[in-house]
Amino acid sequence: MKKRVGLEVSYAAAEAVKRCNVDVIAAYPITPQTHIVERLSEFVANGELDAAFVPVESEHSAMSLCIGSQAVGARSFTCTSSQGLALMSEIVYITASLRLPLVMMLVNRSLSGPLSIWNDHSDVMAVRDCGWIQLFVRNGQEVFDHAFISYKIAEDHGVLLPVMINFDGFILSHMFEPMELVEPAVIERYLPPYNPKYVLHPDQPLTMGAFAMPAVFTEAKKAQDEALRQSYPHILRAWQDWGDLTGRYYDPVEGFWTEDAETIFVALGSFGETAGEAVKALRERGEQVGLLNLRLWRPFPFEAFARVVEGVRNLIVLDRAVSYGGPGGPVAGEIRSALYNLENRPQVYSFVSGLGGRDVTVQDYMAMFTGAISGEAPRDGIFGVRG
Amino acid sequence: MNDAGLYAVKSLPKKEYLAPGHRSCPGCGEVLAVRLVHKALGRNTITASATGCMEIVSSPFPLTSWEIPWIHVAFENAAAVAGGIEAALKVLQRKGKIAPKEINVVAMAGDGGTADIGLQALSGALERGHDFLYVCYDNEAYMNTGVQRSSATPFGAHTTTSPAGTAVPGQITWKKNMPEIVAAHKIPYVATATPSYPLDLINKIEKGAAAEGPAYVHILSVCPTGWGIGSAETIKIGRLAVQTGFFPLYEVEDGAYKITVDCAELLPLERYLQPQGRFRHLSEELIAQLRRRVFEQWAELKRRAALSASAAR
Repeated sequence: MKKRVGLEVSYAAAEAVKRCNVDVIAAYPITPQTHIVERLSEFVANGELDAAFVPVESEHSAMSLCIGSQAVGARSFTCTSSQGLALMSEIVYITASLRLPLVMMLVNRSLSGPLSIWNDHSDVMAVRDCGWIQLFVRNGQEVFDHAFISYKIAEDHGVLLPVMINFDGFILSHMFEPMELVEPAVIERYLPPYNPKYVLHPDQPLTMGAFAMPAVFTEAKKAQDEALRQSYPHILRAWQDWGDLTGRYYDPVEGFWTEDAETIFVALGSFGETAGEAVKALRERGEQVGLLNLRLWRPFPFEAFARVVEGVRNLIVLDRAVSYGGPGGPVAGEIRSALYNLENRPQVYSFVSGLGGRDVTVQDYMAMFTGAISGEAPRDGIFGVRG
Repeated sequence: MNDAGLYAVKSLPKKEYLAPGHRSCPGCGEVLAVRLVHKALGRNTITASATGCMEIVSSPFPLTSWEIPWIHVAFENAAAVAGGIEAALKVLQRKGKIAPKEINVVAMAGDGGTADIGLQALSGALERGHDFLYVCYDNEAYMNTGVQRSSATPFGAHTTTSPAGTAVPGQITWKKNMPEIVAAHKIPYVATATPSYPLDLINKIEKGAAAEGPAYVHILSVCPTGWGIGSAETIKIGRLAVQTGFFPLYEVEDGAYKITVDCAELLPLERYLQPQGRFRHLSEELIAQLRRRVFEQWAELKRRAALSASAAR
């Protein structure tokens, strides 16, 4: 049994970033991301991490600064939440189109208004199509591990795309959890020093960020889409290599009790943990129910997802954001579209829940299940609205 | 006017870092300024550019006019991008990941990208003390999108969003004083320049690049298209801006003010205003208001320069 320590997940995140030996950190504090940047600035102040910690005046400048530092070949890091992501979102898109392998932790929090510092996924869903590789992790160990995995993926010359690690604000970021802090010697074997493919340097002048006339814009977008789709096998390999070193293997989708299930819950992030408890209780009652955690959101793992859910009667998608006036929650809408061409496609129920920090309990998941299989629940709706 | 300066230009390096074939308008004062700035900086330079005229004329993929490493990201963040370049070069050299080398880190933006949408990023980068040079190419409106007003548009000027109408006589606000706002950050070097005085401009860029910490050079960039003048008038109009006191050339070095192109007597303001289409509608009364402001500004600058000179003694 490897040695495990109890640590607040935010501090574990900072510890992992330190062990990635990043060169530049630019971040602006925002709840609930603050503990990560506080701890990183301590590491730099105490000489434990030789990096530039740049306390920028906004998230917009945090992302812009990271573009500058990545462009000259520095392994860079930022993290944010909610409004911070919304403010920097203009530049988030450009980071991907410049093919800069930045890693960002997004500690998920709802978007205003009304203002709420608590957790849901309305921040990340607003930048769904920003062109980044987007991962959802669901416990402290996964947060820690994915710092290394993400740089490994991003800096792979077959990828060269930024990676966003999503994890839930407060309900994960502020939890104390037991975890194994992988030793630097192991990490050294896994994550080589950053070897940038293109850098800004006077010895070999390059132009980055040229603009595109209509004659080339479509081709630039096609190339970007291809790059994101083609990152998939590289992501699988990065997970495989990590598993070989640490014994912890990760998959784009992860099923529990899905083999014989008639109904499957689909969760992103830490809600999978509680939903798993509900599934266990329902199984004990004799229900044929399972759980699917979607760890990889972009590129969307179409085949791996379809393999698990084809032939299943119902999917209960736990959405954590509202698509106002749209076709259900953003995840459910996407899953319906992804499954549409399957001959044997499941019914998809969209339960928008856990907005702005509202707890979703085991009983709530059981109520969703009952509602879906009895046909009493609406196909799309916001769950648990109080009268 | 120092006429020797006119001929001294011939002694400048021939090497261009902004190659010909770019798409600027004929007589563009800004592109001339960009060329002079980069001649002064030399090849060991990395430039981060804001969105704007200079970005559009120089980088239509797959072409580029840039012979130095150059990056464009967005409109309002040139200072932040340059800050990232500077921070990274420093740490990469310290960690031995790249060879030590003196590299000038430069941010460039127009007046919109500096005084309006980019002001926050600029202020943040100055306050944090990045060792970089910020160059504002001020053509006094959003020229790239079709001559809309900015906060650097002078009082009275006609633009497409401050049109000279029957009820409102063009821009009714006073030009934001960017060099003073920057100087309030107490950075080592702040200056104004214009390509009509090329040696003065080059000296200032060299000083700014050599300064330890942030430096800022605000360059009046005459825009024939937006100002309503002939494309052969650029240099002359730039000179008149200085000689009438409309755009004084000065520098603030470690807090000390110095007028670098002094005028024993300011030329009549009309000589600057009259040739420009953007001011053609101005009434005597509006011109009088402008004149008052120019005199006040000039007197204040003279006072500060005199104070600095006496403090130095």
